[in-house]
Amino acid sequence: MSVSGSNNHQGKLKVSGADERMAGIEQYLTFQLAGEEYGVDILRVQEIKGWEKATRIPHSPHYVLGVINLRGSVVPIIELRRRFGLESSEFGPTTVVIVVKVSSARGERTVGLVVDAVCEVYNVPLADIKPPPEVGAGIDTDFVRGLSTMDDKMLILLDIDKLIADTIFEAVGTVAA
Amino acid sequence: MSFDAEMEEIHKIFFEESHEGLDAMESGLLNLDANADRETINTIFRAAHSIKGGAATFGFEDIANFTHDVETLLDEMRNGTRSMSSAAQQLLLQSVDCIREMIKAAQAGASADAGRAALLNASIKDLLSGEEGQILPATEAAALAVTAPLVVEAVVQPSGWQVRFVPHEDILRTNNEPARMFAELARVGPLRVHADVSEVPALEDLVPDSLYLRWTLTLQAAVDKRQVQEVFDWVDASCSLEYTQLNEEPVELPVALAAVPTPAAPAGPAATVSAAPVKAATNPTPAPAPTRAAAAPKVAADTSSIRVSIDKVDSLINLVGELVITQSMLSQFGEKFDVSQLERLREGLSHLSRNTRDLQESVMQIRMLPIGFAFNRFPRLVHDLSLKLNKKVELRLTGEGTELDKTVLEKISDPLVHLVRNALDHGLETPEVREANGKEPTGLIELSAYHEGGSIIIEVRDDGAGLNKARILKRARERGLVSPELELTDDQIHQLIFHPGFSTAETISEVSGRGVGMDVVRRNINDLGGHVQICSVEGSGSTIKIRLPLTLAILDGQLVRVGSETYVISLLAIVETIQLKKEQVNHLPGGASLFRLRTEYLPIIDLSAQFGIERDPTTVCDGLLVVVESDGRRFGLLVDDLLAQQQVVIKSLESSYRQVRGLAGATILGDGRVALILDVPGLIDHFEDVAGDKADAVAAA
Repeated sequence: MSVSGSNNHQGKLKVSGADERMAGIEQYLTFQLAGEEYGVDILRVQEIKGWEKATRIPHSPHYVLGVINLRGSVVPIIELRRRFGLESSEFGPTTVVIVVKVSSARGERTVGLVVDAVCEVYNVPLADIKPPPEVGAGIDTDFVRGLSTMDDKMLILLDIDKLIADTIFEAVGTVAA
Repeated sequence: MSFDAEMEEIHKIFFEESHEGLDAMESGLLNLDANADRETINTIFRAAHSIKGGAATFGFEDIANFTHDVETLLDEMRNGTRSMSSAAQQLLLQSVDCIREMIKAAQAGASADAGRAALLNASIKDLLSGEEGQILPATEAAALAVTAPLVVEAVVQPSGWQVRFVPHEDILRTNNEPARMFAELARVGPLRVHADVSEVPALEDLVPDSLYLRWTLTLQAAVDKRQVQEVFDWVDASCSLEYTQLNEEPVELPVALAAVPTPAAPAGPAATVSAAPVKAATNPTPAPAPTRAAAAPKVAADTSSIRVSIDKVDSLINLVGELVITQSMLSQFGEKFDVSQLERLREGLSHLSRNTRDLQESVMQIRMLPIGFAFNRFPRLVHDLSLKLNKKVELRLTGEGTELDKTVLEKISDPLVHLVRNALDHGLETPEVREANGKEPTGLIELSAYHEGGSIIIEVRDDGAGLNKARILKRARERGLVSPELELTDDQIHQLIFHPGFSTAETISEVSGRGVGMDVVRRNINDLGGHVQICSVEGSGSTIKIRLPLTLAILDGQLVRVGSETYVISLLAIVETIQLKKEQVNHLPGGASLFRLRTEYLPIIDLSAQFGIERDPTTVCDGLLVVVESDGRRFGLLVDDLLAQQQVVIKSLESSYRQVRGLAGATILGDGRVALILDVPGLIDHFEDVAGDKADAVAAA
């Protein structure tokens, strides 16, 4: 999916930073997770819904909480805290599921991400996105698209497709346990 | 919609109808040998005629030309001037194949195989001119088609035609447009048009919608008179026509090229140019000349579609109507409700549930197609194969109206073809052998379909030799599939033919004997959730019985609870359910548990352990055991509680998440939660694998 710079809603949204050019701007939906603020490309976001209990799926990675019924379709739910190797926390009233579209080798899939709270929509100029620093071997930052600063906060912009790697859509072989 | 897109739509309809017409021709031709009544020939003729007409209209010259000769042949049969010989029948069947190929090619925007068409065309022409047509075996014809260049036509054709066309004055009022006819003719060959304006009156006497022109048309193409006549078929009554044959050599057109249907329209640019002024003279608005829109090299998008009978759609509309009424009735309660109306509310809700159920059934009906669609190909297949194998066969089809899901129908076709070929090749004996064994020389293959319980049964029965048990067993022992000392029951021996790579055929024939097949047949059927049974008596034939679920989209399920989770088990897999007592469970070394059910020991699969769920502490010992069966293996599934039985709509887990071992899919329950559907055969397979590994580990230790 390509990001078009000319977005009609641009004026209505909270715009931080002086630059308000029509081109070279990407919109990010940001959310809170363990004290940090992360951003996902807003064009990938299908909806935001409250947390509801998922049906557990056996033989799944630990960060896949299960599947829920989203108006008749079955959607897998991923707890981002566990995906990032963070401590899982109690789900509170601000806990929400961000439903996003992911393109994988098996076609487009819809996936729900459990996050602590949603924050803002930011217009991020492409020029302000800095590549993630090298943090040393052994730390997986493939899914970080870049870093940006908004209102003196650091935003971690995520690459959804790399975050929800194809591997979770591939059947685990019938290897004997 | 643009003109091109519209044309494309119309082409699509033409292709679809042509395929239907071809099917009708084929089945008609196959019925001819039994009882050649007039009506059958008429049906075949009509189908051919429509295809030709359509092809000509849409500019598929090659198809129209080829079909024309077929039609001529059929016409003679229809008029009784020619009798139906088996040679002609075979030739016509091949022609049907050829037209089908041409239509497919046109559909894909490619060129048809002109060589094959030319060969067949020559054969038909031979037959028409009195000689016995040379019949090519299908494969040979195809092989020749690759190598043979265009054959030079043996039949002497006139080199062209001169037509004097004198239309009546009122011809335009009958909606006939000469320019269009000329354009049509121009596509047959180079055309020169000369208009005679001598009859045009003075301007004050001229009636605008009368036609005062006469024409002399010179067509330089070595074609049949009929082909020229055809153009004027519609205006026969409102004009006078004179045809003169031209015998001088045509200028530049090679005879063979014009006589043989070629994929490219033979009309050269010269023809279009000479036709154009005529168009301008008679009608100022440009006539939409038929263009070869489909000639654009583009493969038509292959979206699968269903033809639904209007009855089914009407019943759906009725049901939706009822649903709307119920909805408006129920919405009244929402506005102001008091307890006195409770009875009416209940009534409304029961209406709603009935409507919903009916609607669901009707919607499912749309996916259901009669199995006749799969059976239709067999008369031809059996006909061709019996000729090849020199066997006499009668094919009997029953229960063609039995309906089953489109997906199932599509996937069952290939296994059925395999089974029928097997029956013909291995099952039925040659007429000599049959007579020697005191049977009718003509063998019987019967295909039948019927409902039984919640399933569909398809049977393939032959009255041939049956399975040779001794030979199967011998081959299985040679291959080490069965240890020499082991005695097998008949049924176990029959099951051996499903083993991959197993074949008892002494020689590998073109038809079968390679040993691939029966295992594929069984796998395909198992994939559909069905299973295969063989019943065979040596000397008097075999019956292969396929049991299939009615649909793949809905399942009759038993809801069970394991810990806090709800799972669905297909009712078809469940044999019975037993309250388990701790003392009835025995433990084997290695950790496997067994339960004694009457005379049998059943392995227990603890679902909570399989899926890593915490079970109710109270029922750890005294759970419920759901006895399930798959492929003749029985297992007990340990669950906490039995909940409701209900129909569930199957949702694929694979398309939204991934395939999960032991699960067949997911469904959404009445309360909106997602419940997982167990894949009983998969669970059992996995359990057996793990158990086998554990046993090995125990043995090694």
